[in-house]
Amino acid sequence: MSLLFEPTPDGAGRYLDWILSGLGWTLSLALGAWTIALVVGTLVGVTRTLPKGILPRIGRVYVEVFRNIPLLVQMFFWYFILPELLPVRLGMVIKQMDPPWGSFVPALICLGLFTAARIAEQVRAGLQALPQGQIQAANALGFSRANMYRLILLPQAFRIILPTLTNEFMTIFKNTSVALTIGLVELTATAREINENTFRTFEAFGVVTMVYLVIALIAWQIMHRIERAMCLPSLAGGSSRP
Amino acid sequence: MMVDLSAIAAALPYLLQGLWFTVQITLVGVTGGIVFGSLIAVARLSPNRLISTPATAYVNLMRSIPLILVIFWVFFLVPWAIGWVTRSGRPVAVGASLTIFVTFVLFEAAYYAEIVRAGFRSIAPGQYWACDALGLSKRHAYIYVLFPQAIRNVLPILLTQTIVLFQDTSLVYVISATDLLGAATKIAQRDGRLVEMYLTVGIIYFVLCYAASQFVKELQGRLAYGVR
Repeated sequence: MSLLFEPTPDGAGRYLDWILSGLGWTLSLALGAWTIALVVGTLVGVTRTLPKGILPRIGRVYVEVFRNIPLLVQMFFWYFILPELLPVRLGMVIKQMDPPWGSFVPALICLGLFTAARIAEQVRAGLQALPQGQIQAANALGFSRANMYRLILLPQAFRIILPTLTNEFMTIFKNTSVALTIGLVELTATAREINENTFRTFEAFGVVTMVYLVIALIAWQIMHRIERAMCLPSLAGGSSRP
Repeated sequence: MMVDLSAIAAALPYLLQGLWFTVQITLVGVTGGIVFGSLIAVARLSPNRLISTPATAYVNLMRSIPLILVIFWVFFLVPWAIGWVTRSGRPVAVGASLTIFVTFVLFEAAYYAEIVRAGFRSIAPGQYWACDALGLSKRHAYIYVLFPQAIRNVLPILLTQTIVLFQDTSLVYVISATDLLGAATKIAQRDGRLVEMYLTVGIIYFVLCYAASQFVKELQGRLAYGVR
């Protein structure tokens, strides 16, 4: 592992600095996209449980489109195609963003909206798992629909889906690696660059593999703690989850 | 920006060739992944720690790192590994397709292993006892009694994972392989037709995956009705 402390060819620092920079981009992309995904995913998930109208249909189209196209193709869409389809002036603004923002922003939107579709399905499943009595009771007590979702249904649904959300949260860190295809130098791209500079394949990829393992472990720990803190003894299955 | 349909029509044969490679990766990944994954699942359920611990470690490792990283690992290490096995002392050049097949079997096996293991756990314990009572050997019990039931119980999840695998094949882009997306990229760069090519492959992926996921949903409904 002495590789980490050797100077980089640009003379600006050590390879460790490259790894830390890659880690920084991976974490910011994952956490930023996760925030977008939670907000959009919850909204879309809610629309899918609404009784009728155009909204549930829009929600369904959203989920099907974003789930049935590979993430990498979606990445290319946001990066290469969207600026071409927009009005010329706006397209130019996007294309002329300075690196690394020129690839970070499309990657952020892409990964956020992609993950949102998957969270939406889980939110919908969580909402549909609640007994009908909850909705009837909320109606009887005179809750508006927005308040019913906000105060009664969503808090319970999220507790039900926390274990699957944990899975999704761990996946988003892995999915950030797809952003290397549009030029973001995140962790995996860093490993590739170090390998190209030093030909020390084992060390370069070994270190980055370790970093991903640690990220997975920490992500799991965080979600596990949230799960324990959120668990309600009264909710069936809410207690003593492994 | 105008979309030029004739450019798409001209590219179609090459795209279909790419699609065929995508399908090949998927088929190898599914077959190898389920075989290797089932072995891992059985190993994880073994009472012998020496067998179950490495299997668990393998699954956790593979599930913690991105597929792209695994593709790079295999891409750089398989030539060395073959050189070492054949004692030639230097890396042996291998084709991109071999690298890709190896990667997908190794990677997907970890995911299929978890699904098959869930299948084994969904079988009523009486089935295990009955196998013992009938004097079936462990091997026969797994092959004739437990495995068929486990697979049936998790069939929809296995198929859903296969759709994910089909989408994941697009990541072979990182080693410039010519799958569906790779073919589209090559034409897009040659002719400067990024918009047409990427929209076309997007639609092809969507149609295939949507049809497959609708089929799985249908199957799920039918199985849920018939089982127990």
